[in-house]
Amino acid sequence: MISMPNLTQRLANPTRFMELSGRLLPWISALACVLLAVGLYMAFTAPLDYQQGHAAKIMFVHVPSAWLAMAGYALVAASSFGLLVFRHPLADVSAKAAAPLGAAFTFLCLVTGSLWGKPMWGAFWVWDPRLTSVLILFFLYLGLIALRSSIEDEALAAKLTAVLALTGIVMLPVIKFSVEWNSLHQPASVMRLGAPTIHATLLWPLLAMAIAMTTLFAALHLKAMRNEILRRRVKALRAVEVEGAGGLAGQPAG
Amino acid sequence: MDLGPHAAFIWAAYAIVAAVLAGLVAWLVLDGRRQQRLVDELEARGVRRRSQQGGAARRGSD
Repeated sequence: MISMPNLTQRLANPTRFMELSGRLLPWISALACVLLAVGLYMAFTAPLDYQQGHAAKIMFVHVPSAWLAMAGYALVAASSFGLLVFRHPLADVSAKAAAPLGAAFTFLCLVTGSLWGKPMWGAFWVWDPRLTSVLILFFLYLGLIALRSSIEDEALAAKLTAVLALTGIVMLPVIKFSVEWNSLHQPASVMRLGAPTIHATLLWPLLAMAIAMTTLFAALHLKAMRNEILRRRVKALRAVEVEGAGGLAGQPAG
Repeated sequence: MDLGPHAAFIWAAYAIVAAVLAGLVAWLVLDGRRQQRLVDELEARGVRRRSQQGGAARRGSD
């Protein structure tokens, strides 16, 4: 059996990572499609919520988006830690690949929450602690993407982005506990101390959609990492080509 | 499927999720194809990474 540190060392070689991820990606993608189909079927055949009726169906896409918005940021932060502390060659690739995905899921969390809020609270948006802290997380993701793209030196961009990502991790507990600060948003009903307060007939479709969307996130992250490795390969090959052309030009004629 | 008085909100939420996820998939697939094509073009011109050049030189000296 391969231990975890041993596995990460073996995957430190981008060529080996490309081989392994190339074999895994079709299977993970196919699994995500099957799980999404099952999750959507369970979501649309779930019984009505006694208070919210059909509108509670928005929960099946809103809650997994919210979980993945936070899990995506935890992944960016963990990868940044791996870059700054262990200098793992794929850590920055992972952090860079996860940021736009996390931003997309945070956007989905905000939009679906807004569409759920209007019929339930009577407003698309309120400056509530939970909503505001998730909006800040969205801006933090955009900040990470903007900071990286504004610095030409790739190694420096990676380090500065990693420092900002680790600083921003403070947003995760703020989001988690913001529902206890005089919030309109309902408190945690699944991830809480003690048993979930949501009824099993709604909990199972929710978990099915959460597993499906997490599997999809994993497939998208793997694909984004592969693209980033290829992008760096193109850059390295172009540098070799330019160096070669420069060397030939510098040689004395004859 | 009758989704009651809030059907528009429910369908809008699912449609936006589907559109964003489809957009992400399309962007990643197209970007992957573009990067792979660029690598293939450079390698077809005989450009090799330093690690590959080193390997070739070692093999040549054996």
